Amino acid sequence: MVIYGVAILAACTLGGLFLGDLLGQALNVQANVGGVGFAMLFLILLANLPKKYFNIDVMSREGVAFWSSMYIPIIVAMAAKQDVVTAVASGTVAIIAGVLAVAASFAMIPVLMRFVIDKEGGGT
Amino acid sequence: MIWDALTQLAQKNSLLVAFVFVGIAMWFSYQLSKRLTYGWMHGSAIAITIGLLLAYVGGVSTGGNKGLADVGLLGGIAIMGGGMFRDFAIVATAFGVHLDDLKKAGFVGSFSVIIGVLLSFTVGALVALAFGYTDPVVITTIGAGAATYIVGPVTGAALGASSDIIALSIAAGLVKSILVMIVTPLVAKRVGLDNPSAAMIYGGLMGTTSGVSGGLAATDPKLVPYGAMTATFYTGAGCLLAPSLLFLIVKAFAS
Repeated sequence: MVIYGVAILAACTLGGLFLGDLLGQALNVQANVGGVGFAMLFLILLANLPKKYFNIDVMSREGVAFWSSMYIPIIVAMAAKQDVVTAVASGTVAIIAGVLAVAASFAMIPVLMRFVIDKEGGGT
Repeated sequence: MIWDALTQLAQKNSLLVAFVFVGIAMWFSYQLSKRLTYGWMHGSAIAITIGLLLAYVGGVSTGGNKGLADVGLLGGIAIMGGGMFRDFAIVATAFGVHLDDLKKAGFVGSFSVIIGVLLSFTVGALVALAFGYTDPVVITTIGAGAATYIVGPVTGAALGASSDIIALSIAAGLVKSILVMIVTPLVAKRVGLDNPSAAMIYGGLMGTTSGVSGGLAATDPKLVPYGAMTATFYTGAGCLLAPSLLFLIVKAFAS
């Protein structure tokens, strides 16, 4: 059933975020540490379990696939609620710091790509 | 009378209004992509850019800080584009992830988070220095803001920075996140951002969850889970390093 997929997805998300909150508290930082990452790991592990232990049937998959395909519209809504005015009007220090940080980070991608262990496949 | 009834209906069903609104914006963007750029610029990249433009218009016309979501009937945009749905949808994209791809760049991916925090922090701190700031608390807070707009205020609050400096650090993070959304699809090819390993490194280097999720959505949605996987650790790493180790380093240099 579709709801099974949605429920599994929601449970993974909640579990991951909770673990991220706990980790944040343990490290004494006021932020969620890796919550979304843990949630994704839970979902990936569940999906890769042998069929005899855990079989996500076709309809349940659709519950996850639906939310996956809603990703871009949700991101468009997220873009539409950003505080763009503050960013644009923030003055030179903030703008230069932001622009240079982005430029430096992009320039670093090819450098770090050299350290990817296995370069076969994936088109690298 | 009809207008009153309509406004009430829209306010009661704000999320549904947002679905209709975003649906129309997406349709419009994909038409533009097909007819005007002949597919050269991806529809989702146009949609995100239009979203940001509308957020600017909304912010200017209302004076609020939630972009288009502050405009009367469009409050549902804040729910649809809020953290809950965003995280939910990001996790959903992980369903198609191959464990082998994750393992391939696992080490470099986690390494890139540390490099990313250090790199953005250093750039931000140097810019602060160049603009004549000498107080280590101020330099550290602005550097932290160049990491993400959460690391900035968390660090500023921990170090007791003044509220205008904290606002400045949030602004630096905002500039970064919005820029990442816009620039990523434009430079993706040049930096080799076309495979899961590069996406993991990219997520770790950029770190801003909204920037990374928007940037990859506009580039190649298949890469989203890989970028999000590493980006999710960035803000935490930044909040851990900036007010402690990095502040001590800045202080040592300043004195």
